[in-house]
Amino acid sequence: MRSATTAIAVEGLERAFDEVLAVRGVDIAVGEGEIFGFLGPNGAGKTTTVRMLTTLLLPTGGRATVAGHDVVAEARQVRASIGVALQEAALDPLMTGRELIRLQATLQGLPGAEGRRRADDLLERVDLADAADRRVGTYSGGMQRRLDLAAALVHEPRVLFLDEPTTGLDPVSRKTIWEEVRALNDDGTTVFLTTQYLEEADQLADNVGIIDRGTIVAEGTPEALKAEIGNPHVQLQLAEGSVAAAEQACAPIGKLLPPRDARTVLVDVENGSADIPRIVRALDEAGIEVGALELVRPTLDDVFVAKTGHHLEKEEDGSGAGAEPEPIEA
Amino acid sequence: MSELRKTARVVGALGMRSIRQTFRRPQLIAPILVFPTLLLAIQTGGAGGAVNLPGFPPVQGFLQFMLAGAMMQSLMLAGNSGGIALAVDIEMGFTDRLFAAPIPRYAIVLGRLAGTAALGLFAAIWFLAIGLIFGAELHSGVVAVPIAIVLVTATAMAVGGIGAAIALRTGSASVVQGLFPLVLVVLFLSSAFFPNGLMIQPARAIAEYNPLSFVVEGIRDPIVSSVDAGTELEALLAVLGIAALGLVLSARALRHRLRVG
Repeated sequence: MRSATTAIAVEGLERAFDEVLAVRGVDIAVGEGEIFGFLGPNGAGKTTTVRMLTTLLLPTGGRATVAGHDVVAEARQVRASIGVALQEAALDPLMTGRELIRLQATLQGLPGAEGRRRADDLLERVDLADAADRRVGTYSGGMQRRLDLAAALVHEPRVLFLDEPTTGLDPVSRKTIWEEVRALNDDGTTVFLTTQYLEEADQLADNVGIIDRGTIVAEGTPEALKAEIGNPHVQLQLAEGSVAAAEQACAPIGKLLPPRDARTVLVDVENGSADIPRIVRALDEAGIEVGALELVRPTLDDVFVAKTGHHLEKEEDGSGAGAEPEPIEA
Repeated sequence: MSELRKTARVVGALGMRSIRQTFRRPQLIAPILVFPTLLLAIQTGGAGGAVNLPGFPPVQGFLQFMLAGAMMQSLMLAGNSGGIALAVDIEMGFTDRLFAAPIPRYAIVLGRLAGTAALGLFAAIWFLAIGLIFGAELHSGVVAVPIAIVLVTATAMAVGGIGAAIALRTGSASVVQGLFPLVLVVLFLSSAFFPNGLMIQPARAIAEYNPLSFVVEGIRDPIVSSVDAGTELEALLAVLGIAALGLVLSARALRHRLRVG
């Protein structure tokens, strides 16, 4: 959860590539020990922002501090405080997993013996101990992401940047990464997580920033953002009985919304799932048989649509990027 | 641990990775050892009579003459391969891992050059061993060994700087790989494979001023005749010149790479 101290503070951050302004005055505040979900479609400016915060790219405007250090003036101190796992795990396929983690330990200035110990511990932690001496090129996508994550943790960073850590992974691998992110956060690590998966941001993030076309369009807790959109509603699919009778039965419980079709009733419910038993009882008393009942909550995509006028799912490349991943049990 | 010692550890670790990478990727090791060895065998066997041409410097045999050329070919291609490997690192994002670490960024280039220098050292020992096994004499004695090792290792590092600069500037392995024929052209327009005095113009003029010719003569002289201080000094100056060029170009290219991200 957000704490009193700020781990990442971004003010008016900008980055231009020639005439194109990829990031336009971004403001973000991430508290110490928080998981911040940075959500947006491909090309929105997520990766450019992360590259500036991780000192891989110089901003052309604004300022940012990470772990209390300016990303331009104190870049080296920033790099010593952060762990970075970038999009498309940047791994050398010719190295073994163990060689990579040990190299990372050397890069972070850990003494030899401590680096070796940390490498062994981390390989064990991400369940790669058995594959540690195999070349990375033989690893599956999920194993590569776990190795990349382990490498980012070798020096126990205060702030961890994960750039789309689960893109392209199967549900099991994705769940493993989520569990690891939660465990890290429980240990006090601040996590800056970029994602184009709504469910990922919803499940993991304490706070979410939504970026579109280089601009932050919304920021807050997932629940607060969704609450801005409105109450959840109950969607009833009638098996028998008239829609009019069902609407009459439900009217005292919540505001009726325009139905989608002749067999559906939509009821806006202020109290969410707590109103469902009342609706069921009212329909039962009216002798109306319900085929299906579903509580529909506003999603972050609804927030995105409300703020930008278009869905997070990206239409332009047809690759499915930005689409919801296959749902998994959280 | 002092800052300098930490940086030295990083350079050593990156150099070790560079060496492993070369030996694990056949397309990198082949140009450095296999091709020059084959060319040495073919030229020595097929063009050995060249030593009888009028004006050919006095040598024990063509193998003895060719050893310096084989070492030069090997080190030049080691520099080129180092550039290709760095460009591959940029293409696959591995350099981001290095740039995001709290190390001086020049250490990333130095690590690559340390690996290239080690390959140069290996090439010098390899070709000296081949020469000795197949009967080439070291005319000035054992002193030819350290001179060859120092010059080959230092030149490999210097040439590697130019390869690294091109890799950092372009970020494209195919562009660096495309320079492979150019490396051979520059090498053939030196005294690596044939004495300057027997070349025709304008190749002769180019070879006389080609810095690589000075290095070649610095390696060759102790093998085929005696150690001449002037020749060795010229070789050393040529290496320093190439190194300075590589250093300036790679420093500028590194700044460019960091600027464009």
